[in-house]
Amino acid sequence: MEVELKEMLDDLQSLRQSLSDPTLRASIDKLQSRVDHLTHLAKSVPVRRSKVKDMSAEVVDSNPYSRLMALQRMGIVENYERIREFSVAIVGIGGVGSVAAEMLTRCGIGRLLLYDYDKVELANMNRLFFRPEQVGMTKTDAAVQTLSDINPDVVLESYTLNITTVQGFETFMSSLRNKTFCPSKEGSGVDLVLSCVDNYEARMVVNQACNELNQTWMESGVSEDAVSGHIQLLIPGETACFACAPPLVVASGVDERTLKREGVCAASLPTTMGVVAGLLVQNTLKFLLKFGHVSPYLGYSSLKDYFPTMAMKPNPQCSNAACLERQKEYILAKPARDAEAKAKMEAEASAATVDLPLHADNEWNISVVDDSVLESTGGTRSDALPEGLIHELPSADEFQKPPAFEALDTGIVDLEDLRRQLEALNAD
Amino acid sequence: MEGWDPNTKSTLTQIPLLTTKAGPRDGAAWTQRLKEEYRALIAYTQMNKSNDNDWFRISAANPEGTRWTGKCWYVHNLLKYEFDLQFDIPVTYPATAPEIELPELDGKTQKMYRGGKICLTVHFKPLWAKNCPRFGIAHALCLGLAPWLAAEIPILVDSGMIKHKDDAASSNES
Repeated sequence: MEVELKEMLDDLQSLRQSLSDPTLRASIDKLQSRVDHLTHLAKSVPVRRSKVKDMSAEVVDSNPYSRLMALQRMGIVENYERIREFSVAIVGIGGVGSVAAEMLTRCGIGRLLLYDYDKVELANMNRLFFRPEQVGMTKTDAAVQTLSDINPDVVLESYTLNITTVQGFETFMSSLRNKTFCPSKEGSGVDLVLSCVDNYEARMVVNQACNELNQTWMESGVSEDAVSGHIQLLIPGETACFACAPPLVVASGVDERTLKREGVCAASLPTTMGVVAGLLVQNTLKFLLKFGHVSPYLGYSSLKDYFPTMAMKPNPQCSNAACLERQKEYILAKPARDAEAKAKMEAEASAATVDLPLHADNEWNISVVDDSVLESTGGTRSDALPEGLIHELPSADEFQKPPAFEALDTGIVDLEDLRRQLEALNAD
Repeated sequence: MEGWDPNTKSTLTQIPLLTTKAGPRDGAAWTQRLKEEYRALIAYTQMNKSNDNDWFRISAANPEGTRWTGKCWYVHNLLKYEFDLQFDIPVTYPATAPEIELPELDGKTQKMYRGGKICLTVHFKPLWAKNCPRFGIAHALCLGLAPWLAAEIPILVDSGMIKHKDDAASSNES
């Protein structure tokens, strides 16, 4: 094709020279520039980049990791290349999940596990990542197609399943437990689970799995009206789990006959979804590569550009049994944690004393008092209220035990019996 | 429960409540829960029949009782419209309610999630959450599916989205 184009250019050149009428020159020039453009297009056929064995910090155009490795030179990240050892599971490859997957892929993450059961639709095109020609493909397949083109170094595993069903959940759990990628890793087979799902049921399932596996995870969400969102870090036993503080449920007392007909179609914006995905992956990178402060909760309210942060303690009366177990373990591990923190502080203190004093003389006897010393002399507990305030209700450490199997269950009533009774009713 | 019609309310009070908080992964406790589910379903079906308000059939599609299939119907303008009914018991049951599906209506109404899952978010989910673990499948049908059918079917019929099976047959013949 290139040869053809070149000959065409030559023909045009000779035609231009042989032309006596200068008014036609302009159109010949136009033709020439079009052929030039075609030649350029023909040269830029897509090339797949090959895999890269080691991440290099060398600053050349052909190095996909030079800008990332520069984070080390800038003193932000100590060892960026560690990112290749990490596995991240992304549940829900929608507006947030797909963008988070692309970000992690471009960052050169070691392994990505993708979970979704949906297909790409034209209605998804107001969001990022998926392309119209992928309509009809499963989201997992379409994501693998794009991501493996962007960065073939990332190991991609896709699971097209619904994690809320019993069978899907078993597969989900075993895929998280699988340690073939990094056999030396402690705990489960993944370093972090990102929940990018769009419903309460699926979040509760991710919560269940992570509580059982003692797996740290991050939750993300965008509001139905598309103008606010949040990310949350959940460390089983240490921070509130998703069931610890259930969403505020208020029965609005709607008459079933006046059920709204607006439809269940939620609004969405590529901007809000992109911002939330960015916040989520930024927190992920900070968590994995150990830099900066990992936010326990970060909200985003776009109408006022308000970004609230907070931390949530686990609920000692959480309805999730696995969460309570993790809480117990966390409390039992407190002495070890304290000792570790103390050792770290002492190491820092001894390192500090080696340094020469900042000022040789101290004419005004100015001294710096540690905040923590003040607090400890006050003798107050960390959860104590300020002076003048009291808790109205006693703290309930003992809560209602769920009623044990009642006498109602005579044990004689057989499940099969009940099933037959229902079938008999169904028959007529 | 304000705003619910007195009929639904009185029916609801007669469906036996459940006590065991157990999901399909909880072994023996799940079997116990399953017995309670059956008791409630049997009582509800009997009640419907004696009140001449029979409107569904449901039975477990697998021995574990994690998948349920059946039929439900709704009478509008003296014509009976019948639909396949199915749902899975989620792993986090009963903390989360079953997502009731009417696959034949998938794509025909906005009040539905993909795969024919009816929208229960506003009218039912808050009630379920408040009454966990006392509500079961029978309650989900009574408070979730029944009002949905009552609200949706007349509109779907009047807008021509669904046709009565006799009409559909005759229009095919002509």
